[in-house]
Amino acid sequence: MAMLEVKDINVFYGLIHALRDVSFEVNEGEVVALIGANGAGKTTTLHTITGLLPSKGGTVTFEGKDITKKPGHEIVRLGMSHVPEGRRVFAGLTVRENLKMGAYTRPKSEVEASLADVYKRFPRLEERKNQPAGTLSGGEQQMLAMGRALMAKPRILLLDEPSMGLSPLFVGEVFKIIQEVSAAGTTVLLVEQNAKKALSIADRAYVLETGKIVKTGKASDLLNDDAIKKAYLGE
Amino acid sequence: MSFLNHLINGISLGSIYAIIALGYTMVYGIAKMLNFAHGDVIMVGGYMCFCATTYLGWPPIAGVLLAVVVCTVLGVVIERLAYKPLRMAPSLAVLITAIGVSYFLQNAALLIWGSSTKSFTSVVGGDPIQLFGGQLTITRVTIVTVLACVVIMVALTLFTGKSKMGTAMRAVSEDKGAAQLMGINVNTTISLTFAIGSGLAAIAGVLLCSAYPTLLPTTGSMPGIKAFTAAVFGGIGSIPGALLGGILLGVIEIFAKAYISTQLSDAIVFAVLIIVLLVKPDGLLGKHVSEKV
Repeated sequence: MAMLEVKDINVFYGLIHALRDVSFEVNEGEVVALIGANGAGKTTTLHTITGLLPSKGGTVTFEGKDITKKPGHEIVRLGMSHVPEGRRVFAGLTVRENLKMGAYTRPKSEVEASLADVYKRFPRLEERKNQPAGTLSGGEQQMLAMGRALMAKPRILLLDEPSMGLSPLFVGEVFKIIQEVSAAGTTVLLVEQNAKKALSIADRAYVLETGKIVKTGKASDLLNDDAIKKAYLGE
Repeated sequence: MSFLNHLINGISLGSIYAIIALGYTMVYGIAKMLNFAHGDVIMVGGYMCFCATTYLGWPPIAGVLLAVVVCTVLGVVIERLAYKPLRMAPSLAVLITAIGVSYFLQNAALLIWGSSTKSFTSVVGGDPIQLFGGQLTITRVTIVTVLACVVIMVALTLFTGKSKMGTAMRAVSEDKGAAQLMGINVNTTISLTFAIGSGLAAIAGVLLCSAYPTLLPTTGSMPGIKAFTAAVFGGIGSIPGALLGGILLGVIEIFAKAYISTQLSDAIVFAVLIIVLLVKPDGLLGKHVSEKV
């Protein structure tokens, strides 16, 4: 059975039918990419999984539990962390406070150890731990958002456009970290507009177009797919 | 010496405004709404303490505790019943609802306690303290009021700055969605904010009625509006801003009463507010938040 199973979810923004019968699954240990153009419904999909948006019909199952109707704040407790689009770090809180909020649901005794782990992965965050998060650069804020999500010790990490708006140097860094997180045993669902990069590190991928899954397959196959190349890889 | 007397009275009145302003500013910070019923919670606090001490013969401290408990519950209930269903509604709808709640509380008080003025017995007994051979008189209520304000400020600053729950509150005030992703229950956090604000309103109500011992169903509305002004003056959403705004407002009001005109004092207070907002639209300590694209 898949670790995360999304089945026939439908989401509406008023009259706009944003997701139509979207179904896909993520198996334990995989890196799965969800690619597609702007407005295809990638972010909406993630928001529906983590309870920020309600789905009309359909189910989301995580490790065998139906989480479709779970309130958003309970999802992280189950072992699922979501790094939202645009990072959404708490600008007025210090870096350290942001990270501690990431471990909000965890017992106090474990927080310091996780903090040390995150600092080890992101040394830059330790250097700036007492600085308000709003003073960090975009790339540093992305690191903070990822570190904050890892503080919850998730078994699956949902990343929404982690490379958006970053310099090529940071983009490389972000993808390197995703690979490291994956190698350490965390399952990853990656939403990206940067399809080439996403496909290059993913095991499998789904292509979302105007609210529907139109294609799926092994990431390496999709990288060589002519239609995909033309539409998303600019070749 | 009368200058010093006026200054002390101003700080005392300002401390009450500051305690009320905290309720406005915290609720605004978290729920992004102006709770215009906040002033009337003060009145309910006053009546609760009055009933406990006058009708039931309870000691003053028990009266204060009853007021705090009742108002805390009242604040949470108001939020649950009146504001929570409007979480997604336009802010105008929430504002009008808040005004409706305010009228509801005033008229409920009218129904229960009638329209006659109740004379409130100060919860702080004892003779005023005379200094400089009787030239300077400080009532004990004044001292307790200023002390209460200081203690509340320090406690709240520590709570929001250091505690886990307080940090979560600040996270919710910045970004509810992201806070929810951290596992923070946004509804509980909003309830807690209303509970704290309303509990403080009860303390402010008791102190206000102790200093100005008349109690009417409309007792809370004018101090409520002035404290709201103080919160805006200091920068709404900011806890130190509420303190600064409250104290300044109280001092300006008392000085205006003493040296310019009793009738015009409120006009002068609001004129100062308008000038401050013209020069510094975010209030004295307000943070200018620019919308990020």
